[in-house]
Amino acid sequence: MDAKMLPKADVSGFLGELRGKGYEIWGPVEVDGAVDTMPLDGTASPVTEYWNSRVSPKAMVFPQSERMFVFSVDRSRPDAFILKEVEEPCIGRLAFAIRPCDARAFGILDKVFLVQGAWQDPYYARKRESMVVMALGCNSPCTTCFCHWTGGGPFSREGVDIMMTDLGEGFLLEPVTDKGRELLQGIDLPGASPSNLEEAKGLQDAATAAMGEPLDPSHIRKRPLLEMFGDSYWERAHEACIKCGTCTYLCPTCSCFDIQDEVRGPCGVRGRNWDTCMFPLTTLHASGHNPRPTGKERFRQRFMHKLRYFLDDFGTIMCVGCGRCVQFCPVNIDIREIIRELRG
Amino acid sequence: MNPVGEGEMERKNPYLPYPVRIDKITVETDDRSLKSFRLVFLKEEDEKAFRYTPGQFAELSLAGKGEIPIGIASSPTEKGHLLFTVNKAGVVTTALHEMSEGDVIGVRGPLGKGFPLDKFEGKNVVFIGGGFAFTTLRSTIQYMLHPENRARFGQITVIYGARRPGLLLYKETLKEWQERDDISTHFTVDAGEEGWTGLVGFVPAVTEQVAPSSKDAYAIVCGPPIMIKFTMPVLTKLGFTPEQIIMSLENRMKCGIGICGKCNTGPKYVCKDGPVFTLAELNQIPAEY
Repeated sequence: MDAKMLPKADVSGFLGELRGKGYEIWGPVEVDGAVDTMPLDGTASPVTEYWNSRVSPKAMVFPQSERMFVFSVDRSRPDAFILKEVEEPCIGRLAFAIRPCDARAFGILDKVFLVQGAWQDPYYARKRESMVVMALGCNSPCTTCFCHWTGGGPFSREGVDIMMTDLGEGFLLEPVTDKGRELLQGIDLPGASPSNLEEAKGLQDAATAAMGEPLDPSHIRKRPLLEMFGDSYWERAHEACIKCGTCTYLCPTCSCFDIQDEVRGPCGVRGRNWDTCMFPLTTLHASGHNPRPTGKERFRQRFMHKLRYFLDDFGTIMCVGCGRCVQFCPVNIDIREIIRELRG
Repeated sequence: MNPVGEGEMERKNPYLPYPVRIDKITVETDDRSLKSFRLVFLKEEDEKAFRYTPGQFAELSLAGKGEIPIGIASSPTEKGHLLFTVNKAGVVTTALHEMSEGDVIGVRGPLGKGFPLDKFEGKNVVFIGGGFAFTTLRSTIQYMLHPENRARFGQITVIYGARRPGLLLYKETLKEWQERDDISTHFTVDAGEEGWTGLVGFVPAVTEQVAPSSKDAYAIVCGPPIMIKFTMPVLTKLGFTPEQIIMSLENRMKCGIGICGKCNTGPKYVCKDGPVFTLAELNQIPAEY
């Protein structure tokens, strides 16, 4: 058995050792009274008693703002206005103690950035390939959690390299992939005892049972697409929504982006930024025409994309049930209610 | 832009434009709102790599301003350059209109799926265009008229209209087509004026008069929404089925390769699944374009 025990007192030493191996470590940290997933420098210690981080770890592979190219606008230079690729240092990123739902979300982002398009996205691929995911299972899931509806669970191992289980004094580290096994082998930690494994199994089973009966969203597929799109339900459903974009910002699978150029002095940068289907500018044509002119169309797009278009394309909805959008929506819109409605 | 296999990814960045020089600028319309830009690749290998078919588009890239998706107006048979006709509408197009011959910009592509030329083989093709939505139609017609290609296609009929004679694009090329006997042309304007010898009338009405046969035929319809709206019933009356009617969509776009999530209309991405769709395909999906 390759499982090991990480005493809580040794977490910073463990992370220090990984840092020494060249990993850039991201994890949940306390920021202004909330928990966000961020890079952990040597001084910040990760929080491991939390429901889930407010900001998802998607920025590890898809930063909120990212440089794509640089260029000069100095006309006297022979290379003026010619874009050059940004040299990125090759850093292996390690996610420490993120939640299993967020680990699954990377699998969905892979579909968008590596499978769906006519091309693979090189910026995403570079960060993703070298990434290691250590997920901390959820001993006590939150009321807004519904990972089990989406094919996950509080101890789902999908997208996880090393599964962590909180056993009180320390964490049980169970390798899930070869990548995880190799990483653990190279680190001096005590092996897990049979009683550790048994205790973890009990916690995992209890948490899974606590989630209750799942509802299978794939039934959404049974209704004809155009009927669902034209449903008068959208007229009512969008009314409370203020189109603030909080849901798309916090969502671990929302991945729409905009590309913008910025120039300061002679130096220019072309970069990309997170975008949101909640804003009218996202689809506004230069002519003034907007194919999604009102809140109704924008609200419908978010849910039809996640719950129908993506399901038709990939057999899974574009949602991992993390519950962030439910928890932080200022007007209490609950995606679970929309799933129920769309199932008919 | 042709997707590459695994392993090659390291070396190819689909967001990186090819540098090109503006070789020639032509003011197309008398209101100066449309200009054609003839672009020449700075590197010979880039020109070789840019293999396109009529109906595809590219992102024109102005460093410091951004990118815009524009249909390719030249035909692959017209070697040595690319042609793009651009309406002055937003930030990037306005900046492009202010540029001069000799300036360097970027081209990223070719992107999307072009017109189904293989299906057109042995068939009659009716082109119905209005206003400045005639760019990729020009590309397709030029391609089909090329001596190497002409024999593969049946009759070619072109119905093209604009509000005024001064707003018709590619006047020299239109004249060349009129002088040929292997293409039937019907150029029309909404309102005639002195010196205009062509037709007067809206595109749907002219289509009804020309009455192209739907037998063994495809109709390609590109124009403003109002023209499309009134042309469709005419085509239906002539017997064209939704499978025989082909259109090209536009939406706000960024990546152009199906990733950024901006241009979808229902489950389809205009950039990678289109921009060319049959009416039958469009009837199956939400109309968010």
